[in-house]
Amino acid sequence: MQTTPQLFQKRLKKLGPTWRYLAFRLGYSLLGIGLFILLWVAVGYALFARPGYEQFSGFLPVPTLEAFWGLLFESRFWMSVWASIRRVMIGITIAFIIGLPFGLLIGFYQKLQLLTYTPVQFLRMISPLSWMPVALLVFHSFESAIYFLITMATVWPIILNTAHGVSQVNPHWVNMARNQGAQDYQLLTRIVVPASIPYILTSLRLALGVAWIVLVPAEFLGISSGLGYIINDARDTMEYDRLGAIIIAIGFVGFVLDGSIELIQRMFSWNVA
Amino acid sequence: MTIQMEKVCKRFPQPAGKELSVLEEVDLSIGEGEFVIILGESGCGKSTLLNLMAGLLPLSEGEIRVNGRRINQPHPSRAMIFQQPSLLPWLNVEENIVFGCKLRGEHDDLTVRTAQLIEIMGLSGFEKVKPHELSLGMAQRVCLARAMIGHPQILLLDEPFASLDTITRSHLQEELIEFWMVEKFTAVFVTHDIDEAILMGTRVVLLGGRPRGILKTYEVNLNFPRDIASRGFFLLRSAILKKLRESFDGYQRR
Ligand SMILES: Nc1ncnc2c1ncn2[C@@H]1O[C@H](COP(=O)(O)OP(=O)(O)OP(=O)(O)O)[C@@H](O)[C@H]1O
Ligand SMILES: [Mg+2]
Repeated sequence: MQTTPQLFQKRLKKLGPTWRYLAFRLGYSLLGIGLFILLWVAVGYALFARPGYEQFSGFLPVPTLEAFWGLLFESRFWMSVWASIRRVMIGITIAFIIGLPFGLLIGFYQKLQLLTYTPVQFLRMISPLSWMPVALLVFHSFESAIYFLITMATVWPIILNTAHGVSQVNPHWVNMARNQGAQDYQLLTRIVVPASIPYILTSLRLALGVAWIVLVPAEFLGISSGLGYIINDARDTMEYDRLGAIIIAIGFVGFVLDGSIELIQRMFSWNVA
Repeated sequence: MTIQMEKVCKRFPQPAGKELSVLEEVDLSIGEGEFVIILGESGCGKSTLLNLMAGLLPLSEGEIRVNGRRINQPHPSRAMIFQQPSLLPWLNVEENIVFGCKLRGEHDDLTVRTAQLIEIMGLSGFEKVKPHELSLGMAQRVCLARAMIGHPQILLLDEPFASLDTITRSHLQEELIEFWMVEKFTAVFVTHDIDEAILMGTRVVLLGGRPRGILKTYEVNLNFPRDIASRGFFLLRSAILKKLRESFDGYQRR
């Protein structure tokens, strides 16, 4: 039996190594970033310092980071970041609204799972970008076409992970709830959905990764905002330092979005409170 | 509430199209306010029997009646404490205890009842703690509280104390008996521990044999609190052990 002070001590003990662990991780992250920049310098000089390639010297760390600094004060850049994030959010939201109920049903009814397995696996393997011509035919605005592409890219991981989460629900919890008098819909809302939340969040995280990858080429379509657009623009005007800076920005925004879902995931993982 | 089981059989389908017969022709009648122990070796079908009474498993044959009415699905008046821990990890202790009441929409003085039960179960100070931070004994108390808060008329317990240390177990055994004497519910308690069986039951039902069914039933006419060193205890214990050995030898030779 545990008394309150004992439990408190246990928490303290947990906390101690956690801080040390965080510092440890931070140290290695910084080291990793340093090594990455070193590699960048080495490869950059090896490639672009050769005669005939001087025009590409914008890709070297110093000009790129300078351009990156410049981007931070550019309202057009921030508008583009926002435009891109908004598209990803809308695309994923549509995919989530379609994928979540599907995933829950597929996980809940085994026959439905067997029925949908092959088509879903098949559709999943089609590169989202191959839908591009279809999207342009079906949708009149480029904006909707992009939403469609992102939805097509992200609905599969959402469906599959949600369904997996549902099939992993502990049957003892279901029996317990039935014994306590739960109706069928209550089994869904009180047991299946909360128990699947970690899996649903994982599915969102996967979806985000895919969406962010698909977004940039999708923004090469005839629109005039977004990170994909301004990167294309920088290429056309041959501002390679700016191009490099936008690449860094794309990585950075993706990293931050992924990290924020990871944070939410931590809040909902009930074993490591 | 009373429970009558008549010619109850339970068979599980096996992968190769065969069937595994777990219980055959079980007749058992449990009266109002009894504390019946189901005693038997591991794998003899104790959990299955309890799940049938709870209405969580369909019968293969026969009939189970509660208060004279045939049952075919679970009902909160027959609360179950499961062999495996079944606390919901995303809810804290308090939320786990009221889980069933919230499901059924029983909100009448819920806060007061919860506070009382938490006090009685020695869970004070742990209301907001998540299950993974609890010791096994405390988790089992939470399950007990969750089962008791709805004032069930029948309490079904599946080896609730099997994984606890001796001291914690004897505490909880005493608490449960006190509860039972106050609340006067009907209890069916599954165990594979003879001492636990004789300490708590008003009747001990031996499950086993081939085909599996009820081997024998013993009335326990000892007063509570029972003394494990008393003569009555000892005699009953020897008789039950002898019977268990006989049946074991019986089907080993065959
Ligand atoms: N859902 C099921 N499907 C198939 N076989 C099952 C199922 N549940 C139980 N059995 C089988 O029925 C038999 C009895 O199982 P049961 O769980 O009732 O035993 P038990 O007496 O509770 O054992 P223990 O003391 O180990 O808990 C076992 O042989 C088990 O393999
Ligand atoms: Mg069992």
